[in-house]
Amino acid sequence: MLRNYLKIAIKVLLRRKFFTVVSLFGISFTLVVLMVATAVLDHVIAPLPPEVHQDRTVSITRASMYGEHSQWTGGAGYRLLDRYARDLPGAERMSVFTSPDQVYSYPNGNKVGVALKRTDGEFWQILRFDFIEGAPYTADDVESARPVAVITRTTRERLLVGAPAVGRTVEVDGQRFHVVGVVEDIPRLRMIPFGEMWAPFTTLKSDSYKTELLGGFSAIVLARDRAAIPGMQEELRSRLARAELPDPKHYTTLVAPLESTFESLARTDIKSESSHAERLWLLMIGGALLFMLLPTVNLINLNVSRIMERASEIGVRKAFGASSRTLVGQFVVENLVLTTVGAVIGFLASLVVLRAISASGVIPYAEFHVNYRILLYGIALTLFFGSFSGVYPAWRMSRLNPVQALKGAAR
Amino acid sequence: MIRLEGIEKVYRTERIETVALADINLEVREGEFVSVMGPSGCGKSTLLNLIGLLDTPTSGSVHLDGTRIDSYQDKALARMRNRQIGFVFQTFHLIADLSVVDNVEIPLLYRRMAASERRRRAIEALDRVGLASRVHHFPTQLSGGQQQRVAIARAIVGNPRILLADEPTGNLDSQMGHEIMAILKELNSELQTTVVMVTHDARLAEQTTRILRLIDGRQVN
Ligand SMILES: Nc1ncnc2c1ncn2[C@@H]1O[C@H](COP(=O)(O)OP(=O)(O)O)[C@@H](O)[C@H]1O
Ligand SMILES: [Mg+2]
Repeated sequence: MLRNYLKIAIKVLLRRKFFTVVSLFGISFTLVVLMVATAVLDHVIAPLPPEVHQDRTVSITRASMYGEHSQWTGGAGYRLLDRYARDLPGAERMSVFTSPDQVYSYPNGNKVGVALKRTDGEFWQILRFDFIEGAPYTADDVESARPVAVITRTTRERLLVGAPAVGRTVEVDGQRFHVVGVVEDIPRLRMIPFGEMWAPFTTLKSDSYKTELLGGFSAIVLARDRAAIPGMQEELRSRLARAELPDPKHYTTLVAPLESTFESLARTDIKSESSHAERLWLLMIGGALLFMLLPTVNLINLNVSRIMERASEIGVRKAFGASSRTLVGQFVVENLVLTTVGAVIGFLASLVVLRAISASGVIPYAEFHVNYRILLYGIALTLFFGSFSGVYPAWRMSRLNPVQALKGAAR
Repeated sequence: MIRLEGIEKVYRTERIETVALADINLEVREGEFVSVMGPSGCGKSTLLNLIGLLDTPTSGSVHLDGTRIDSYQDKALARMRNRQIGFVFQTFHLIADLSVVDNVEIPLLYRRMAASERRRRAIEALDRVGLASRVHHFPTQLSGGQQQRVAIARAIVGNPRILLADEPTGNLDSQMGHEIMAILKELNSELQTTVVMVTHDARLAEQTTRILRLIDGRQVN
C-alpha cells in the first residue's frame, strides 16, 4: 500500500507542477531563513574555538555610574575590573583586555589599519587560539611590559608578507613589537576574542587607565562551573555597592553586569539586575514559529483548494472501495513526500547561501556553518506542519459523501 | 442478487424536502440486465447510488447477494463496493492525473495484490473493451467513447458481480453509444454479470431483459 501511495504521490506532484513548485518554494525558503538565522546566532554565541569554555564564561563589557540626576555609561575601566572583579568566589581564571583599537602601520609606505587588542597573559589561558606559528606571550611578559605581539594570519600577510613572522618586528602606531605568535583569523562578530593583533596592555602609551572606573576595558571570568555564576554575580554587585566613587555628589551607584554574551546581547537596561535573556529567547523562538506558521497556513490553504479540486477523484476512489482512512493515508503521504523534498532542497540551499555569505566578506573573517541540531528541529517541524497541513483537508474531504464528491461538491 | 424493500429517500435541505424515491420494492436476479428509465429528476441516479452503497436510504432496506446491508460503516461499505460492485458514470470520472492503465488499476489498489498482478488484470480488462493499445495514454488524449470504455474496464477489473451504469451513453453519439451497449451486453452474457443501467434511449432499453420505469420517485408498471 505504502509503495502505491508513494507512486501516486510522485505522479500527482509531477503532474501538478505549479502547486508543487509553490509548495516546495515555501517549505525550502522557510528552512533556509531558519538555517541562516541560527547559523548567524551560532556564529556569535556558540562555544566554538577560541571560546571553548563559552558555557561557563561570563564577561564584563560595560559599566555605569549614576545618581539622581546624572548617568555615565560606557566600557568598564581597568580599576573597576582590577579592584572589584578579581578573585570572585567560584572563579577559576580572570582576564582583562581592551576593546580593539584601530591602529595604523606603514609597511613599504602603504597605510594599513589593524585592530589591536591589548590583553593580560591570562587571556591566552581562557581562550584557546589556534597557533600556526609560535606561542602566546606570558603573564611575565605583561608584567614587564615587553613589546611583544601575537598577530593573525591575515595581519602577517599584510604587514610582513610571508611566513615565518615569529622573530620579526612590526611597527604600529609608532610602537615596535616583536612577533611571538601567529593565530588563525578571528571572526569580527566574536566580540571577546576578536582582534587582528594582540599585545600586553602594559604597553599602552599612557598610564591613566589604571585609575579609571569606566574606560575601554573588558574582562572575562571563567567559572569553575555554571552553578557558581549566580554567586559571582551577587558578590560583584555587593562589592560595587561598597565602591568609593570619585564624584559622590553626582554619582551614588556603580554597576557593571557580569553575564554571558547572549545575556549581554539581550540586555536593554544596564541598571537592571537581570538582562531578561529569556525574553529574547522567547522572542526569537516565537518569531521562528510565527515565521514557520506563514508557509504552513499557506500550505493548508493550497492543500484545501487542491483537495477540493480533487473532490471527484475522492468520489471515484470511494466508489471503487477506498475507505476514508485509506484516503487520508494517501494525502498524508503526498504531503510527506512534498515536505521531504522541500526539506532536502532547503538544506542544500542553506549550504549554498551560508557559503556565499561567508565568502562575500560582508562580515570580516566570518565562517558560517549549518547547525545540524537546528536543521533536525527544522525538518521535524516542517514534516509535522507538512503532514498536518495535509491531514486536516484530507480528513475533511474523506468524510464527504461519495455522491456529493462525485458531483465535485466542495463542502 | 439485488433486493430493495420499502425504500424511501428524502433529501432535506434547509427549507425544502425532496422525496427522491418512495415505496420502491425491487428484485434483480443474478445475470439479469435491467434498464431504468424515466424523466429527468425522477430518482434514477438516487436509486443506482443506493444499490451501489454510495448513499443510505431514509427508510427501507437494501439486500445484496442475500445479505441485508444494515451496518453503514465506512470500512465495511468500502469493502463491499470494492468486491461486489462496479460503477460506470455518465461523465466517465476518470482521474486526469493518472494514465489509462493506472485508472483501471484503482479498484485493485484497495485489495492485497502484487503490482505485477494488478497490471496484468488491468491490461486484460482493457483488452476486453478493445483498448489494449492505449494503456499509457492519459484520459484527455482519448475520445469520449474511448474514455467510457476505460471507465468500463475500471468497473470490471475486479470481477464484480454487479455492474451499475448511470447513463453510460448519455454523453456519446449514437454510434459510440451502441458500441458501449454491445460491451455491456457481452459482459452480461459471457460473465453473468448482473447489470443495472439507467438510460434515456428506448432503443438501448429494448435490448435489456427488463425495463424499470420511474416517475416522481415511484415505480410504474
Ligand atoms: N443531494 C441532493 N440534495 C437535494 N436534492 C437532491 C440531491 N440529489 C438529488 N436530489 C433531488 O432528488 C431528485 C432525484 O434526483 P436524481 O436521482 O438525480 O434524478 P435523475 O437521476 O432521475 O435525474 C431530484 O429532484 C433532485 O433534485
Ligand atoms: Mg441522473
